[in-house]
Amino acid sequence: MISWRTALLPPALAIAFAMALSSVALLISGANPMEAFAAMGAQLFKGTTAVDTVNLATVYYFAGLAVAIGFQMNLFNIGVEGQYRFAAVIAAIVGAAMELPPVLHVLAILAVAMLSGAAYALLPAILKVTRGVSEVITTIMLNSIVFGIVAYLISADQFGVQRGNNISTAQIPETGWIPGIPLGEAGTMFGAVFLAIAMGVGYWFLLNRTRFGFELQASGESPTAATAGGVSAKRMTMIAMLLSGAVAGLIAMPELLGRDHVYAMTATQGYGFTGIAVALLGRNHPAGVAFGALLWAFLDKSAVSLESIGIPREIATIIQGTIVLSVVVAYEIVKRAELAAEQRRVGRQTRNGMPASVSQGGAV
Amino acid sequence: MPGWLRGVLWAVVAISVLSTTSYLTGLDSLTSSNTSQTALRLALPILFAALGGLWAERAGVINIGLEGMMILGTWGAAWGAYYGGVWAGLLAAILFGALGGLLHAVATVTFGVNHIVSGVAINLLGLGVTKYLANIVFEPLSGNPRQSPPVPKFETYSATFLSDWLAELEQAQRVGISDAAGLLHGLVTQVSPLAMIALLLVPLSYLVLWRTRFGLRLRSCGENPVAAESLGVNVYVHKYLALLISGGLAGMGGASLVLLAGGADYLENQTNGRGYIGLAAMIFGNWRPGGLLGGAALFGYSDGLQLSAGGEAVLALCYGAVLLLAVIAVVQLVRRRWLAAALSAVAAGVLYYVYWANDELPRELIPYTPHFVTIIILAVAAQKLRPPKAIGKRYRRGEDD
Repeated sequence: MISWRTALLPPALAIAFAMALSSVALLISGANPMEAFAAMGAQLFKGTTAVDTVNLATVYYFAGLAVAIGFQMNLFNIGVEGQYRFAAVIAAIVGAAMELPPVLHVLAILAVAMLSGAAYALLPAILKVTRGVSEVITTIMLNSIVFGIVAYLISADQFGVQRGNNISTAQIPETGWIPGIPLGEAGTMFGAVFLAIAMGVGYWFLLNRTRFGFELQASGESPTAATAGGVSAKRMTMIAMLLSGAVAGLIAMPELLGRDHVYAMTATQGYGFTGIAVALLGRNHPAGVAFGALLWAFLDKSAVSLESIGIPREIATIIQGTIVLSVVVAYEIVKRAELAAEQRRVGRQTRNGMPASVSQGGAV
Repeated sequence: MPGWLRGVLWAVVAISVLSTTSYLTGLDSLTSSNTSQTALRLALPILFAALGGLWAERAGVINIGLEGMMILGTWGAAWGAYYGGVWAGLLAAILFGALGGLLHAVATVTFGVNHIVSGVAINLLGLGVTKYLANIVFEPLSGNPRQSPPVPKFETYSATFLSDWLAELEQAQRVGISDAAGLLHGLVTQVSPLAMIALLLVPLSYLVLWRTRFGLRLRSCGENPVAAESLGVNVYVHKYLALLISGGLAGMGGASLVLLAGGADYLENQTNGRGYIGLAAMIFGNWRPGGLLGGAALFGYSDGLQLSAGGEAVLALCYGAVLLLAVIAVVQLVRRRWLAAALSAVAAGVLYYVYWANDELPRELIPYTPHFVTIIILAVAAQKLRPPKAIGKRYRRGEDD
């Protein structure tokens, strides 16, 4: 049973600690922390920044979910980074080559993206299951290799198209775009926001309301117990890795189908790594991950606001790194405190001469 | 077979495969002194990182934060060297790396945080902190927040007599001997003190970890901390020390990117995943000092080859792999292991087709040769590995496992 206190206190503590630490860094560099935090707070009420934050959070949400699926199975899919970039470049090439009616075209591109993401996760999954090779090392290597693959596929000899100074894939026809939601002055919100919400609900349903989700979590918690219950840990590892890769394939889709319509060498990188942090912040819970994605996007956008008042933008990165580390530490501390409180409560009960009831932590 | 003999045997096999390949394909660059010199320079950061990984993991702590500690080391090295010369730079790099190790120890040992999670956070934090520091300290000096001003580099030394003699041999173009001489020539010419330190640290790590009381206690924390504690070993202290040393070594790895002649000064993203490759080299080396030296040499060599000789040489490396696989297939046939023999033969056939069908590999993929080699090697090697028993497990005093 997880109480509200255990769930919400650690992130709050972590944010407070990160703010304190970054205040120190700000003071050392001679800036006023109050001014910096005021600037960060003020950006929330600027329409354009708010819309940008939500758009970026959509991308991060997919990344967070992709990593969270792996975490459920005790798998550390650090390769989300490579999987999403591979999927993005394949989806962009295939999407530009297809001619389909509007909705079908989008669905086809999404399917291609998910399949390519899963395909790029296949090798680490196979090596993990058959040879026992750590998925962490293989996926890290594949993360680097994807740079080469993207450069190769976008080169002029293969599928690249020169546009001005920049080389990219050919443009996806308009039937393959996901229409945005125009919000006037503030800009356009990605239509993929709804896809992200649907994905979050699907993830929650899969984990908490299906047999598969139960088996996945069971084999993540204790492979031996799961095996005793007839669940093959290897099969679960394989499926979790491929599912994670498939969701990772969607990460670049909001930007590809909602804004850029081409995939270029200069496309933003690093969403996969962000996904790890976001999943950690959200404790793999769909709502938690959404919160983590929004917080991370907000901090990213803060870098710009900070720079405009003359504060180094790296302070935002430091806040992010501190939050990740302190959130895990804070969860641990709160857990220990709860455990100690529990023991004290049980101790008091037994001293009074009455054995503790089960609901108070006593023996059955 | 004792470990050192196996190492020598592998070295002989590697050199003979390379010299046969270079003879058959007519590519001298496979065994030129230039290649091995570049390989040594490129292997150093990986070797340091792998040693760092060894110390941490032998004490039972997975250290995926090596990358972040290396990044901290690159900044420390540039900062120290700019103000106090190369040795101050090395010292600062060690201190900065150890700071990262300390953070990892606080998170994983004291607070019981998942080791990988903490490592990833340290990688993030290392990058953020160095960027921030570079912005404050280096920007006014170099005008570029991503780069440090030029820093002094280590001087290099050559074993003159040996080096000249080997150079003569290399020129003689005799099969086998000239190849071995070429490779050796690169290793004794223009060697920096840092390279000597790194190579000395391998036997030193072995001696300390396997031949001293302290080392035995440290390793027992990685195998069975509960038993260690019951014998009076302070597990927390040993893990903290191991991580401090691990971070210091990773920091030295960062320094070897900055302080070697021919390398860049501090540059953003200059580590480029070498911390992870170092970890892979250590796993490849079966958590042993000698093995990780082999792993680092392998990755350094494939990296040096693609850098100094380009795609043609990498293709020739495929050819060498065909030869090696053919030998393995024959050995497995003799041992009557049919499946292994068949698999080796098939892999050799596929690789030979790649070699035969292509004149050159895609230019964009060549820089990732070491990464491909890592995956292939791990896939082939991972079965016989024996990691420390209690690796990655949380340990709290007084709690049974």
